[in-house]
Amino acid sequence: MIRIERRLQQRRWLSVAVPLVSIIVAFLVATVILLATHHPPLHSFRRLVDAAFLANGALTETVVSATPLAFTGLAAAVAFRMNLFNIGGEGQLYAGAITGATVGLLLAGAPSPIAIALMMVAGAAGGAVLAAIPGILRAFLSTNEIITSLMLNYVAALVIDYLIFDSHSYLRDTKGFEAKVFPQGKNLPSEATWPNWPIHGLVLPLGFVVAVGLAVVIWGLYARTRFGFEVQVIGDSARAGRYAGMRTRRKILAVMCLSGAIAGLGGASQDGDFRHQLDPRGLTQANYGYTGIVVAALARYNPFAVVLIAFLLGGLQNAGYALQGADFPAGLVGVLQGLILFCVLGGELFVRYRIRFVRRPRKAETPAAEPAS
Amino acid sequence: MQAAVELRGITKRFPGVVANDRVDFEAAEGEVHALLGENGAGKTTLSNILTGLYRPDEGEIVLFGRPTEFHSPRDALDAGIAMVHQHFRLVSPFTVAENVVLGDHRDVGRAFLLRPRTIEKRVGDLSRRFGLAVDPRARIWQLSLGEQQRVEILKALYQDARILILDEPTAVLTPQEAAALFETIRAMAKDGRTVIFISHKLHEVKAVADRVTVLRRGRSIATVPAAAATRRSLAALMVGREIELGRRQDGRRDGGDAVLELDGVWADGDRGAPALKHVSLRVCGGEIVAVAGVAGNGQRELAETIAGLRPRTRGTLQAAGRRLRGGDPREAIAAGIAYVPEDRLGTAVAPGLSVATNVVLKSYREAPASRGPLLSLRRIRELAHDLMKRYDVRAPGPHVPAWQLSGGNLQKVVLAREFSGGPAVLVAASPTRGLDVAGIETVHTFLRDAAARGVGVLLISEDLDEILALADRIAVMYEGAVVGEREARSATVEELGLLMAGGEEEPA
Repeated sequence: MIRIERRLQQRRWLSVAVPLVSIIVAFLVATVILLATHHPPLHSFRRLVDAAFLANGALTETVVSATPLAFTGLAAAVAFRMNLFNIGGEGQLYAGAITGATVGLLLAGAPSPIAIALMMVAGAAGGAVLAAIPGILRAFLSTNEIITSLMLNYVAALVIDYLIFDSHSYLRDTKGFEAKVFPQGKNLPSEATWPNWPIHGLVLPLGFVVAVGLAVVIWGLYARTRFGFEVQVIGDSARAGRYAGMRTRRKILAVMCLSGAIAGLGGASQDGDFRHQLDPRGLTQANYGYTGIVVAALARYNPFAVVLIAFLLGGLQNAGYALQGADFPAGLVGVLQGLILFCVLGGELFVRYRIRFVRRPRKAETPAAEPAS
Repeated sequence: MQAAVELRGITKRFPGVVANDRVDFEAAEGEVHALLGENGAGKTTLSNILTGLYRPDEGEIVLFGRPTEFHSPRDALDAGIAMVHQHFRLVSPFTVAENVVLGDHRDVGRAFLLRPRTIEKRVGDLSRRFGLAVDPRARIWQLSLGEQQRVEILKALYQDARILILDEPTAVLTPQEAAALFETIRAMAKDGRTVIFISHKLHEVKAVADRVTVLRRGRSIATVPAAAATRRSLAALMVGREIELGRRQDGRRDGGDAVLELDGVWADGDRGAPALKHVSLRVCGGEIVAVAGVAGNGQRELAETIAGLRPRTRGTLQAAGRRLRGGDPREAIAAGIAYVPEDRLGTAVAPGLSVATNVVLKSYREAPASRGPLLSLRRIRELAHDLMKRYDVRAPGPHVPAWQLSGGNLQKVVLAREFSGGPAVLVAASPTRGLDVAGIETVHTFLRDAAARGVGVLLISEDLDEILALADRIAVMYEGAVVGEREARSATVEELGLLMAGGEEEPA
């Protein structure tokens, strides 16, 4: 008989060993699948790693994929730490992309640092405002924030679509030749283009640097401040928080807005760093917000780990694009990615629980064991 | 009569202690057999062995004439042994019927669909047959502790337990409720079931048991027929010396000013109906005022209202001369009201966080725990370390999560924290619930010391012995109102019991 028991003490080394073993298991299973589909496993894995990290320009591409995931991952981690399940990172990222692009367009001609700084502020504000809605509902009406924040994702997706496809909004490009064929956002002025720095062939975008900085700030905020103390206590036991005189409602609202602001900043980074226009198609297809939840979970809500996981997951995504082709169907790429995620997430179980094999005990035999009449 | 259960030479060792030392025990079918002993005498260990939670290091369990080995609590349940724990194991948002069926392991695999009406009917039948008045459709959180206990007994009966173990079942009951419980116990015995009644209260054992087995320091000292025993002889067996009922003699109730004053306070309960009805109370510095009453008569709401966790609807509340708006825990803390809630793990601490965090749970806003918005982690660790040393909190260190501490050690942390704020008033709700004898002693000493230093103590308890041992004045609550107030010196258990049951109406 197999029993799953909760570990009384979580061992440190397990949190490293378990993910490693999980990845090895994932590759073993992948080997079987690759053999069954007549692809050389070792060669395929090499290409996977190559495309993610080693090939020329691969790291740059990986960082491009990782940047939004770092933002949404941090956004999720910040809220989940307080047991506040903000699933709305997706929509808050759109909101930040909308407000960020608007400010970027408005500030054509302004000095670049000011334009960029205000874009960030606008993006963060956009995300925070959208997140405040489920935050207020949760804090004052005890509404389930999972549902309300999730629903707002659809609202935000419709709004962003509307702005480009269904209206002649300020954000839509109506003049260019291409834009007449297919609706698209106005290109941002060069002042609103975020800088990047090439380091040994790796091009580091401003957004990624900001995300890393945010991770440090969030870590400090949660580990070293009164605010973080309150978040920890309320997250562990809201009753204890109230008992200790903490303003739990304010804290819920603040954390929700903080989470939304981070996701919104990710949206502004999409505008400024990569897309240089409001790009509804690209954003809504990327699922950054939902993937960010996976990132946060894998990182166990640790902000530094979020950046690391975002980087690895970004590599995996990026490798997927590079790997697929005539000899390697896109579906198979998805299978490999899914396998790795599945094993790593499934492996989490073993960090907190252990499995024991016990001999099935004999039934105690007594007359009283007979069923009741 | 055949022996339903027999334990032969049971020994159970824990690191550093022999909890059970060659214990022999035997109970017949249809017998009420009391297991008598002080806290720490090994009663709980023995019942855990009997319910399959522990395996004995030595010795043998014989059920209905057959040697049996339990590998898990499940085996014991299958063998017809059920336990009614001191701390109820009920799912509070579920109904009585649902809880009863949840406890029935036999049906779980068999029936996918629950048929609530059938279950409710069966539960209703059982409760009528054994005098366990409780509405099968009520939800657990709506019930008083006494009613919840009936649900636990119903659970055992529903799965047709032949042997029921009741662990200190009267701890939460009034004398009158206890009498009703005793009738239920007799009815169950008459039905051919074996009831093992764990207690340390002599008069109860005399009142309900057929035979008594006395445990002392892990050993079975004697088994005697209850009818032949006297309270004195049982007490002598139990403690190995003569005992006396202690009363607080050093009260100085006329010393201090009023530090807590409630005047005509009303407050709503969780379900919206008034839970406090015109409560007026006065606690002076240096005085211990006890609130007696059966659980669920407004005591929790009273404590929460004072601590600011529950807004009041009418009346005034003053602490240390300051009028409080109420409904704001931070205001109450600032006014010098310390509060030790009954629900230790759920309210008094954040269980998943470290002892150090919990030590500064209320003081993290000020120096030395923090400077401006920043925490001083080193100072917090030091504070926790000092406090653990001063109050002898047994734990590996300030970093361990609070839930890993034993009840007594956790309560020390809570009391020490509440006291470290230099309070004017200390509200303690059932502060000894679930603690062992050493823990109870520590808490009592703590409360006495607090009073001796001029703190006004409001002790809310269901244990009359505790109240009589500690209090200067006793207020009895019934259905949300204070129905009587007595000087502890002159109060009798009978009189208080009557008040607790609403037997005597009297303006407070």
